[in-house]
Amino acid sequence: MLDKNKFRIVGCSDADADVINRPNITYWGDAWRRLKKNPIAMASLIFLIIMIFMCVFGPYLTPHKYDTQNYDILDKTPFGNHYFGTDNLGRDLFARTWMGGRVSLYIGFAGTLIEILIGCLYGGICGYFGGKIDMFMMRVIEVLTSIPYTIVIILLLIVLPPGINTLIFAMCIIGWVGIARLVRGQVMQLKTSEYVMAAQALGASSSRIIIKHLIPNTIGIIIVYMSMDVPAFIFEEAFLSFLGLGVQAPNTSWGALVFAGQGVMANHVHELIFPCVAICLTVLAFNLLGDGLRDALDPKLRQ
Amino acid sequence: MARYILKRVGLMFITLWVIATVTFCLINSVPGDPIGSKAKALSPTAEKAIRKKYKLDQPAYVRYADYMKNLATGDMGESIIFVGKSVNTIIKNEFPVSARIGLQAVIFGLVIGLSLGILAAFKRNTWIDYLVILIAILGVSIPGFVMAILLQYGLGGKLGLPTIGWESKTRFFTAFKYTVLPMLALSFGGIASNARFMKTSVLDVINQDYVMTAKAKGVAKIPLIFSHILRNALLPVITILGPRIAGIITGGIVIEQIFAIPGLGRELVSAIGNRDYTVIMSLTVFFAFLYVVSLLLVDIAYVLVDPRIKLENSKK
Amino acid sequence: MEKLLDVKNLKVSYHTYAGEVQSVRGVDFYMKNGETLAIVGESGCGKSVTAKSLMRLIQTPPGEIKEGSQILLDGKDVLKMNETELRELRGGDVSMVFQDPMTSLNPTMNIGKQIAETLIIHRGMSKSEAFEEAVKMLKLVNIPNAEKRAKQYPHEFSGGMRQRAMIAIALACQPKLLIADEPTTALDVTIQAQIMDLMKDLQDKLGTAVILITHDLGVVADFADRIQVMYSGLIIERGTVTEIFDNPQHPYTWALLQSVPRLDTAHKDTLYSIKGTPPDLLNPPVGCPFAARCDFAMDICKEAMPEYTSLSDTHGVHCWLQHPYAPKVERPIGNGGAANGTR
Repeated sequence: MLDKNKFRIVGCSDADADVINRPNITYWGDAWRRLKKNPIAMASLIFLIIMIFMCVFGPYLTPHKYDTQNYDILDKTPFGNHYFGTDNLGRDLFARTWMGGRVSLYIGFAGTLIEILIGCLYGGICGYFGGKIDMFMMRVIEVLTSIPYTIVIILLLIVLPPGINTLIFAMCIIGWVGIARLVRGQVMQLKTSEYVMAAQALGASSSRIIIKHLIPNTIGIIIVYMSMDVPAFIFEEAFLSFLGLGVQAPNTSWGALVFAGQGVMANHVHELIFPCVAICLTVLAFNLLGDGLRDALDPKLRQ
Repeated sequence: MARYILKRVGLMFITLWVIATVTFCLINSVPGDPIGSKAKALSPTAEKAIRKKYKLDQPAYVRYADYMKNLATGDMGESIIFVGKSVNTIIKNEFPVSARIGLQAVIFGLVIGLSLGILAAFKRNTWIDYLVILIAILGVSIPGFVMAILLQYGLGGKLGLPTIGWESKTRFFTAFKYTVLPMLALSFGGIASNARFMKTSVLDVINQDYVMTAKAKGVAKIPLIFSHILRNALLPVITILGPRIAGIITGGIVIEQIFAIPGLGRELVSAIGNRDYTVIMSLTVFFAFLYVVSLLLVDIAYVLVDPRIKLENSKK
Repeated sequence: MEKLLDVKNLKVSYHTYAGEVQSVRGVDFYMKNGETLAIVGESGCGKSVTAKSLMRLIQTPPGEIKEGSQILLDGKDVLKMNETELRELRGGDVSMVFQDPMTSLNPTMNIGKQIAETLIIHRGMSKSEAFEEAVKMLKLVNIPNAEKRAKQYPHEFSGGMRQRAMIAIALACQPKLLIADEPTTALDVTIQAQIMDLMKDLQDKLGTAVILITHDLGVVADFADRIQVMYSGLIIERGTVTEIFDNPQHPYTWALLQSVPRLDTAHKDTLYSIKGTPPDLLNPPVGCPFAARCDFAMDICKEAMPEYTSLSDTHGVHCWLQHPYAPKVERPIGNGGAANGTR
């Protein structure tokens, strides 16, 4: 039978009610924590760090220089004295692959950074001022996006003096449009968003809003965009090398190496494989990292 | 609706004008003499005649006016290196080749890519899903030309697929075997991104409330999939057609190089090598024209197909 | 008494990566032809899941209607139906009106076709016949210019009109039971009244039984015959409208009634809200689920689930306060309304 004593009213304690148990983490802390939990993204990150390391220090790991031609040891196969073999002029492919990597990665990062700077500025102005300025600037963007990207680059490269920096310039000239649109969208959204109005209602100043709200939200998107943009640059440069417009000798890039390798692929396939694998794995790593970053920085996008 | 089309066509012409002008300015800003290398081999009279023909002795704005006038009438000019070779003829001969491979690649890429995406969405976490994910990863990391090289290396000469080349004099179907490898290489990136895109789109739609409403009405599986899910999931696909076409146009340039296909892309590459400025200029404008027109068609198609867009325009 | 719907011991769980979420933990109820039953409760109490189970619209996996549950519609066992029988059931014998009219209609199909679809499936009509009938349905739900409207798309309708269209779809084949899952929650207050009036009108005309799911007791008073109050996957009190509003017995019901804002309060009180949050359904409490938030909780409440006390043929409650050992409690309100004192 039931115990009568248990039938006295005790009510409920308010303390039980709304306890928030989890510690308060910042946005970045939370994002980093989520990223760390993603094995694919972390593997990609580590791979990229190793790749960058190799590109910087790789050439020093072999006694051979990347540009020494030696007609005695043409087209040697890998795993001998020369780890990756030699090319058709007797140059050490191990060193050349990492030197090429330096150029490809430099182009990727430099190009992306420039694009982002221009894009942020342009997009920020559009979004902030709105009205006629925005309309005009967006028309310009519309016209720019109607032009096939690669065609413009080709034209510019024919016309301008050759060089790595010209290459970067040409590749950046239209690419910033994507970032500009993103940033403009963010700024406009922010201008009308409810939490900004709430912040203003609470007395927050404009700079505080920009620092605490605009930048954290936008940087997340920009970081993800960057991780997708760097491989795009690497691809584009490789493509241009195929047309003879990419990095010119004596410099080399992964794209140039692939192009050279393709010519002799029937007989000396190793000259093609190493730069190919380098490009593919690096691009893959960037993309997987980008996916991981997107999940970490905006969980709403997660499936 | 009509107003919308007119507006877009107007914008298209402005864009083309900008492209033509910019191209002209860039080409004409190249320092040096365009026929400098050949001039030495010519007699002074011949040289003078050539200069007069191409109005090289006149100020740039005269050439510009000429250029624009020609473009407006569809005259794309002549090669400056191979005198007498008209760009219009080049286009007439070689565009069909490029167009054929390009169209095949677009259609193939859409059919295979979209089907894979749909299958992956409906059969999540089965082998099809993993296959599609794998293809998507490969598509993202292997550039088109690497794919082309791999295909050439792996399949060239086997299964009756020629490694390179083209038969121009045979009829439509026998030339098909020459298009297979280029088409596969060109469509690969498209298959990967279409599949990924479609899978996301279908998954998005499957979770929508109106699919639940349809189920609650007792709609059977097949009409559910077609009238409710696919009809809505396919709409956004049109929006990616634009960039897809751009990719095909530019990708085709390199693919033609690798497979030695006598198309416009290869023509452009050799013009670049020869520094044949008029041809470069004209082909560039032509490519841009192709792209801009296809963008316009895609935009119009989208307005026609999505009932939500119709209203906005008729209200205006 | 012929029962249209007889639900016994319904248990529904969702298997998530975090564990098994027990959304519905043993629900019994019945419905007679033509009557209106309101299921009332907070978000997350399991009312929508209950409704969807009636038509087996629960996605399995990850959902699962557990062994031992029974749903009988007109004597037929819904849980044992095959695909074909289910499809006949859905839209034919039972249909549902969903909460958000914005997203519940196919954006690429015109409204007429969406109504006609049910008629083609369940009545075997041809496309043109079904479309004509669809236009008639639109007139029935008071949509002006029905012929023109039938050819329009959902985005051309306003929110209230869309909900009317949903009702037209649901009632096109004159089902025996209509389940309305929060039909007015997403609408403006003025439109809410119109929609409720429309539903009542149609119910009278067609003789449909209606299950109205809502968290808003204000809507229920005019419309329902009987009320069931759900909390944390269980029915904690049931009764006719008069019984619940005049003589509620469960502290949760008291709290719900108190939460309905009224215009005629003398005091400038703050709005009443029940403190605390509903229990975690991953790990439901062993005793009464409301114990942690109940001002009248006793030790026994936390230890064991209260038995069912039947106060009349139609009025019953699960509460330890009904037990003879429990002290007599003065309930804080009468016919629904704001609190007099502090809270």
